[in-house]
Amino acid sequence: MEEKINKSRRRFLVGSTTALGVVGGVGVAVPFLCSWQPSDAARASGAPVQVDVSKLEEGQQMTIAWQGKPVWIVRRTAQTINDLPKLNEQLVDPLSSVDQQPAYADNLYRSIKPEYLVLVGICTHLGCSPTYQPTSASDGDAQWYGGYVCPCHGSRFDLAGRVYKHYPAPTNLVVPPYHFKNNRVIVIGIGQNAEGDA
Amino acid sequence: MVFFSRVINWLDERFPIKAFYKKQFSEYYVPKNLNAMYVFGVLAMLLLFNQLITGIWLAMSYTPTAANAFASIQYIMRDVPYGWLIRYMHTTGASALFIVLYIHLLRGLMYGSYQRPRELVWLLGMTLYFIIMIEAFMGYLLPWGQMSYWGAQVITSLFGSIPVIGKGLEQWVRGDYLVSGVTLGRFYALHIIAFPILMVFLVYLHLSTLRHVGSNNPQGVDIKKHVNKKGVPLDSIPFSPYFITKDILAIAVFLFLFCVVIFFFPDGFGFILEKSNFEPANPLITPEHIEAAWYFSPFYAMLRAITFSLFGLDAKFLGMVVMMSSVLIVFFVPWLDKSPVRSIRYKGYLSKCFLGLFVVSFLVLAVMGSLPVSKATTWISQFATLGYFSYFLLMPWYSRFETTKPVPERVSL
Repeated sequence: MEEKINKSRRRFLVGSTTALGVVGGVGVAVPFLCSWQPSDAARASGAPVQVDVSKLEEGQQMTIAWQGKPVWIVRRTAQTINDLPKLNEQLVDPLSSVDQQPAYADNLYRSIKPEYLVLVGICTHLGCSPTYQPTSASDGDAQWYGGYVCPCHGSRFDLAGRVYKHYPAPTNLVVPPYHFKNNRVIVIGIGQNAEGDA
Repeated sequence: MVFFSRVINWLDERFPIKAFYKKQFSEYYVPKNLNAMYVFGVLAMLLLFNQLITGIWLAMSYTPTAANAFASIQYIMRDVPYGWLIRYMHTTGASALFIVLYIHLLRGLMYGSYQRPRELVWLLGMTLYFIIMIEAFMGYLLPWGQMSYWGAQVITSLFGSIPVIGKGLEQWVRGDYLVSGVTLGRFYALHIIAFPILMVFLVYLHLSTLRHVGSNNPQGVDIKKHVNKKGVPLDSIPFSPYFITKDILAIAVFLFLFCVVIFFFPDGFGFILEKSNFEPANPLITPEHIEAAWYFSPFYAMLRAITFSLFGLDAKFLGMVVMMSSVLIVFFVPWLDKSPVRSIRYKGYLSKCFLGLFVVSFLVLAVMGSLPVSKATTWISQFATLGYFSYFLLMPWYSRFETTKPVPERVSL
């Protein structure tokens, strides 16, 4: 009997088996990789939070949790509000052109009412929570008008959450969707136009 | 005794243990001029074994949930019999492993142990080092203290700096919008199962490739050029019993120092167990001063040193690229070094200067990474980062054009 090897058939069989094996491998990998996505429980934990700000004194800051993130509410002094435009030269994005705030907070103060600043307290660099330093910066910077210094990598933000130049954070702090339910209560998580935008 | 040898013979007929012992120990020939720098490989293995055993015991009493993780560490420290000792062996072991690995790596750089034909030994070793870094990082989250939490938050945020896919990748790694109990659960599983298996496999490969090409020596002399009639290198002695004896002495000295730390300085003055980590994780407040574990400090300093944008890429992404490159570039040393000689003893003046610059830069970065950010630390870190990279990036140039000394034919003691 003549032994003749049909090489092209062998190549075809090896090739097609390998290809199907790869397809199967990718298919099996899908559930394992998708299993790492945030679960439905994590996605659902973003319920709105109501905060009473009537006890907040001028210059004070309070921190509350929304979606597990720190959210700051600061009652800015008249002095602070006046100082905000003076800083433009030193900031990366003084006019908030990068979309880090809802449309109703896209103004000089980055807030609905100039007096109340609402920010997500997570540094846009690597996710630490910056420290509130209303009067003096940690290195005694004479030109400090108040703001935030991130303890991790030193990024600085003013009292509208706008980032200073020459620090690692690329963009301004995020303003979450919020609205005033009445003069005393802020609702965080629902925007002024009633949809849960951001 | 007769019984013992009969058991061995019985086994050997079914599984070749005698051949294995000969190949790996009694007839594995090692250069006779190895110095004290050559004990850190075996110490690294000892420490990996220590991490494995103490880790298994810790896993018996640890709870990987956001609600109970911190308390379960307290339970181990206070209630579990000898739990404190086992945990201190694990925490001190992690720091000791990095000290040992850094000296082991420096040894390789000094004596050119990465050069042909040992490139694969080097690549596997570096892969192992990289895996150990990830393993240490994930283990660091488990105590669920403030430093654990914010360290994990910063490092997982690095994924978010990658353009386009970053944000999705960051959430995929965390399994949540922030580091949470979900992240803790998966880090735990990877830390105690996936990565240890990978590490054992890589240790096996690292050692097999080393056994195949043979050990380098402080003079970088190729001992296989001069062999006796049986093919045994003239300048070698068998691994067993000679180097085993030497290793046992090194292990004894090491264990003495290791125990001093475990029993008298278990927190390592805040470097092994950081003060902020005695406070439970709080996602709303970052501690005033956070720093990387000391063994990541040089890389962390490089991440912080990048405060400027370049080529339209923002500082955040560049910082990550620089930090990743600082580890990855070490993989390429076998191809960056164009020198005709291996050992620093016969290399030229420039090689010695650049190796010195590299060591100094690394130490300066380690100090800078552990200090709070200021203008001064940023400047110094930027210069030290340049020093670190110039050692590697200029290597093809200075290693080729410098004048080297002649390498002796045979080793001398």
